[in-house]
Amino acid sequence: MEMTRRDLFRIGGKLLVLASAGATLEQITGAEPAPEAYRMADHWWGMIIDIDKCIGCGSCVRACSNENQVPTGYFRTWVERYEVPEGYGNPIVTSPDGAINGFPLPKPTNLKAFFVPKLCNHCADSPCTQVCPVGATFVSPDGVVLVDKEYCLGCRYCVQACPYGCRYLHPETETVDKCTLCYHRITKGLTTACCENCPTQARQLVDFKNPKDPVHEFLRNNKVSVLKPQMATEAKVYYKDLDGAVR
Amino acid sequence: MIPGVDGFMYPNEVELQWSILIVLYPFITGLVAGAFILASLERVFKVEAVKPTYRLALLTALSFLLVAPLPLQLHLGHPERSFEMYLTPHTSSAMAMFGFVYLWYLTVVLLLEIWLDYRADIVRMSQTTTGITRLIYKTLTLGSDNVSPAALRIDDKVGYVITVIGIPSAFMLHGYVGFIFGSIKANPWWSSPLMPVVFLFSAMVSGIAAVLLLYMAAMKIKKLPIDMRCIDTISKYMFYTFVIDFTLEMLDLVHRTYEADESFRSLDFMVHTRLWGSHVLLQIVAGTAVPLILLAATQLRRFSEAARKVIYVIACSLTLIGIFAMRWNVVIGGQLFSKSFLGYTTYKMDLVTREGLLPAIALMLLPFPIFFVLIKLLPPWRHNEASGD
Repeated sequence: MEMTRRDLFRIGGKLLVLASAGATLEQITGAEPAPEAYRMADHWWGMIIDIDKCIGCGSCVRACSNENQVPTGYFRTWVERYEVPEGYGNPIVTSPDGAINGFPLPKPTNLKAFFVPKLCNHCADSPCTQVCPVGATFVSPDGVVLVDKEYCLGCRYCVQACPYGCRYLHPETETVDKCTLCYHRITKGLTTACCENCPTQARQLVDFKNPKDPVHEFLRNNKVSVLKPQMATEAKVYYKDLDGAVR
Repeated sequence: MIPGVDGFMYPNEVELQWSILIVLYPFITGLVAGAFILASLERVFKVEAVKPTYRLALLTALSFLLVAPLPLQLHLGHPERSFEMYLTPHTSSAMAMFGFVYLWYLTVVLLLEIWLDYRADIVRMSQTTTGITRLIYKTLTLGSDNVSPAALRIDDKVGYVITVIGIPSAFMLHGYVGFIFGSIKANPWWSSPLMPVVFLFSAMVSGIAAVLLLYMAAMKIKKLPIDMRCIDTISKYMFYTFVIDFTLEMLDLVHRTYEADESFRSLDFMVHTRLWGSHVLLQIVAGTAVPLILLAATQLRRFSEAARKVIYVIACSLTLIGIFAMRWNVVIGGQLFSKSFLGYTTYKMDLVTREGLLPAIALMLLPFPIFFVLIKLLPPWRHNEASGD
C-alpha cells in the first residue's frame, strides 16, 4: 500500500492526540510522574579523599554526627592529624574527640603535618561481613557495607575483624553501628552529609559504575592508595598522595 | 588526653569489646576438651591406670560444657537473637559454627557416652530406689532396661565408637575456638595458624589438671585412698602435653620476635608494660615454668607419696592459673593495643554489671554445683570403690 502525505498527517495527528491524552491523564489524576527508580545494580559507591585539601575543621564529623544521630564518644567518621618525623620514628597522631570540634592550633614544629579523614572503607572483600555469624552485616549490591540492626546479635566479632577501627556497639540499640555512606541520602540522589559539608571538597562521594563520574579521571591522573593495602580488603575509599606513615 | 589511654587509639578502639566473659569461654571449653581427652585415654588408648578418673572426667566435661555457652549469651547485646545462628548461620563465619559444634559435642558425644557408660547403673538404681529418685532414674533409662551381658557388650562397643568420634570432636571444639581468634587478620596478636593448635594443647593441659585436682579432692572428701598409680600416670601425660604446649607457644614467640613485623614493637612494648604481670609473671613464670619444673622433677626423681601429692596439687593449681592467664592475655591483651600500633588502652572491668567481675565469678563457680548434682545422681566411683572396699 502506498502512503500518501494525507495518510501521514492523519496517523501523526492520531498519535499526537493519544500522547497528549496520556499527559493530560497524569495531570487530571494529580499523580506525580514516576521518579527514576534507584537501581542498586547501577551503582558501586566509594569515596575519594584529597589529603592536601583537608583543613581539619571537623565539619564532616559534626555533619555525620547530626545526620546519623551518632552517640557521643563514638564515630562513624573522624579526622586524624599526623606529624611525621624524618626516618623510622613513629608519627605523632592526634584526634581529639574524633576532631568533632576541629583541632586546636598546633605548636609550630618543623615536622611534616597533615590531616587524614577516616571512615568505613566499604571494602568489597570486607573481613567484617565475613565473620558475622548470622550475616547481619553485609555488602549491598551497590557496594555499601551495612548492618541490619534488627538482626545483629551484638557479638562484636565484626568490630574485632575490622582493621580500621570503624565499628562500635551502639550503647542504646546494643547492636553494631558504623558508617552507612549515608545510604538514606545517596539512594535519593544526594551526597553524604560529610561530603556535603566539607568546605574544601576534600572528600567526594563517587560512583565507580557511573562512566561520567569524576572518579575515573581522579584515579587516572593521581597517585592514590587505600589504607592498609596489605589487608587485601579491596577498600573503596581512595586517598590522594597518602603518606606511608598513615596507619 | 583520654584516661587510661597512652599514645593514639582509633577513637572507637578505646573501649574494649570483649570482656572477661569472653576470657571464660575459651577457658571453660578448654577444660571440657581436656577432660574428655583424658577420659579417652582409658577408653580408646587402653591406659588402664587412669581408669579411676574416667567417669569423673566425663562428668567434669559435662558440668563445664553446660556452662560454656552462658558467658557468650550474657555477653551478647541481643541474646534473644542467638538462636538465629542455628536458623540462618552465615557459612563464612567461624563463630556461626559454634552452635553446631556445641550441640554435636553435647548430645552426640558427651551425653550419649555418659548414658551408655552409666546405663547399667541407672537401670539398677531405678529398681532399687523409691519415690521421686526412682522416677528420675526410670526417666534416665529412656525405657531401655535390658542389662543382659549381650546388651552391655553392645553398650560398650557403641561407647567405644563414640569415644573414637569424640576425640576429633574434642579437638574440633577447642581447635575451633582457637580459630575464632587465629583467623582475624586485622589483629596481629591473634592472627596465627598456630593459635588453634596452641589452644588445643593448652586445653588438654588445663582439662587434665582440673580432673586431677577434682579426683584428689573427691577422694579426700570421701576419705578414700588416692590411687597413686593413677595420679602418677595422669601427671606424666600432663607433663608431656605441657611440653608440647610450651614448645608451640615458644615457637610462636620466637617466630614473632625473629620476624619482627610492623606490629612487633607495639606488641613487645605491651608485653613489657600492660601485660607484664599477667603474661610474663602469671602465664610464663608461675603458670608454665614452675609447674613444668615440678612435673619434670617427679619424672626424674623419686619422691614420697605425700610429697608427690603436694607437688601435683601445686603444679595443677598453678597450671590452671597459668592457662586462665593465657586466655586472658589472648582475649584482653589482643584489645589493649591500637590497630594503628601507636597506642594502648586499659581494660576497665566493672564489678556488678552484666559483663562484670561478679557475674564472671558466678559463672566460673556454676559448674561446681552442677558437678555436685551430677556425682550425686551418677556416682562416678564404681560400686566397690564407693563402699570403700
